[in-house]
Amino acid sequence: MDRTVITVVGKDTVGIIARVCTYLADNKINILDISQTIVQGFFNMMMIVDTGMMTKGFGQMSEELHALGEEIGVDIKCQREEIFDKMHRI
Amino acid sequence: MINLFEVVETNEMITRENLDVRTITLGISLLDCMDSDLVKLKEKIYNKIYGAAKDLVKTGEEIAGEFGIPIVNKRISVTPMGLIGGTACKTVEDFASLAKTLDEVAKAVGVNFIGGYSALISKGMTAADELLIRSIPLALSQTERVCSSVNLGSTRTGINMDGVKLMGEIVRQTAEYTKEQDSLGCAKLVVFCNAPDDNPFMAGAFHGVSEADKVINVGVSGPGVVKNAVSKVRGENFEVLCETIKKTAFKVTRVGQLVAQEASRRLDVPFGIVDLSLAPTPAIGDSVADILCEMGLEYAGAPGSTAALALLNDQVKKGGVMASSYVGGLSGAFIPVSEDQGMIHAVEAGALSLEKLEAMTCVCSVGLDMIAIPGDTKASTISGIIADEMAIGMVNQKTTAVRIIPVIGKGVGETVEFGGLLGYAPIMPVNSFSCEEFVSRGGRIPAPIHSFKN
Repeated sequence: MDRTVITVVGKDTVGIIARVCTYLADNKINILDISQTIVQGFFNMMMIVDTGMMTKGFGQMSEELHALGEEIGVDIKCQREEIFDKMHRI
Repeated sequence: MINLFEVVETNEMITRENLDVRTITLGISLLDCMDSDLVKLKEKIYNKIYGAAKDLVKTGEEIAGEFGIPIVNKRISVTPMGLIGGTACKTVEDFASLAKTLDEVAKAVGVNFIGGYSALISKGMTAADELLIRSIPLALSQTERVCSSVNLGSTRTGINMDGVKLMGEIVRQTAEYTKEQDSLGCAKLVVFCNAPDDNPFMAGAFHGVSEADKVINVGVSGPGVVKNAVSKVRGENFEVLCETIKKTAFKVTRVGQLVAQEASRRLDVPFGIVDLSLAPTPAIGDSVADILCEMGLEYAGAPGSTAALALLNDQVKKGGVMASSYVGGLSGAFIPVSEDQGMIHAVEAGALSLEKLEAMTCVCSVGLDMIAIPGDTKASTISGIIADEMAIGMVNQKTTAVRIIPVIGKGVGETVEFGGLLGYAPIMPVNSFSCEEFVSRGGRIPAPIHSFKN
């Protein structure tokens, strides 16, 4: 399993999750966990996904999701899960 | 599993508080390049470095992209050139031409600095070491990315005072040779006592002879992150303060450890150490001085600064050591002047003097760093400043260093602009009473006694 954390931050609007999930499904990226909150009108979502079956490279996925984010008007970031694991778990 | 709160915290550190990995430094041994023919020697050096480091920058950028953490610098350190060039170089110009080779290969592989134009002379110097040292002004004026360092003393050997005297003159000469650029050459030249073999930070990085053929060392940073954490415990007692810094240092270091292991795996080069340093930059919010202020000082340099810095340095180490099994290099808080906006403010406000900085170096990780002094400062005075700093390192069994810049043509009250990560600095006054006779005595200061500690 190849776990990646996708964060989506920006102004709340209709269909953010739908657009992101469509991209993930199209690219054989499996969602393992989603959590989401809205703070003062700002949409804040984190997804943990498995990119093990994806055929694209990490860099390409990251760029395409970033571009998708720009289209919707939110900031989408992809990071390998280890950075969070290392920092917050002993 | 990781939760939203933890993800947001990490990303806030990166985006708002300037958390970054300051440098991935690839150490390369050049011992197998030695040759008595200068042309062949240069060719071997170029080929070995190019072969080892050609993917360094690309790999660093890939890691930065995948983990979402900036890796600011990719650099190279090599075996001290005083050892490598000894049999081939007969003149100062020969040695300086080796520096040009280093500069060329650094540009070819895309690293911003290459360290190791160095000599280790803590007890005595060979003819080759002396020749290399005498070539430093020429070498640094003819190159852009080469950094030079000289180890002048150690706790076990004492201080080589002939070397100290010579380096006072070399610092001045380097300033003269690069006076068109506000004596920038001196920003790439540092002298040490107890220089570590595995330091990834410039200008003092070199690849020690006790190291493997190649090694990856990583320097982490994050003064902004520590400052922000400290700001959340305003008014709390020292126990809470220390605990906060320790936990933050742990988190910062774990990122460095992760990056180091990834770089090591991808480049197929053994992982050496993580250097746990709080290295400031001129960017707002990336200042060690600001952490001291956040602890409750009006300015860095106010009474209490040495205690605050001692506490900070110790807690950074305690948190960092837990986060990485291999800690090395300089590891601690850096207190450069020009590279730290808070330090610059303190100097401008009259809160911070050279003498107070010297006292603070007794408890920080390095020494008098990036300090601009008047261009008419005598070589013997520079030697005296170096000798004082070396003595602090020797007696306290710690690394100390001096990187000062006599800015030719400028005096106290003026400012010098180095640009980029090197920042700008107000020129600080120097005690002008003479130490000429003292530094001219020649010989060595013996190693200190290790008992009867008082």
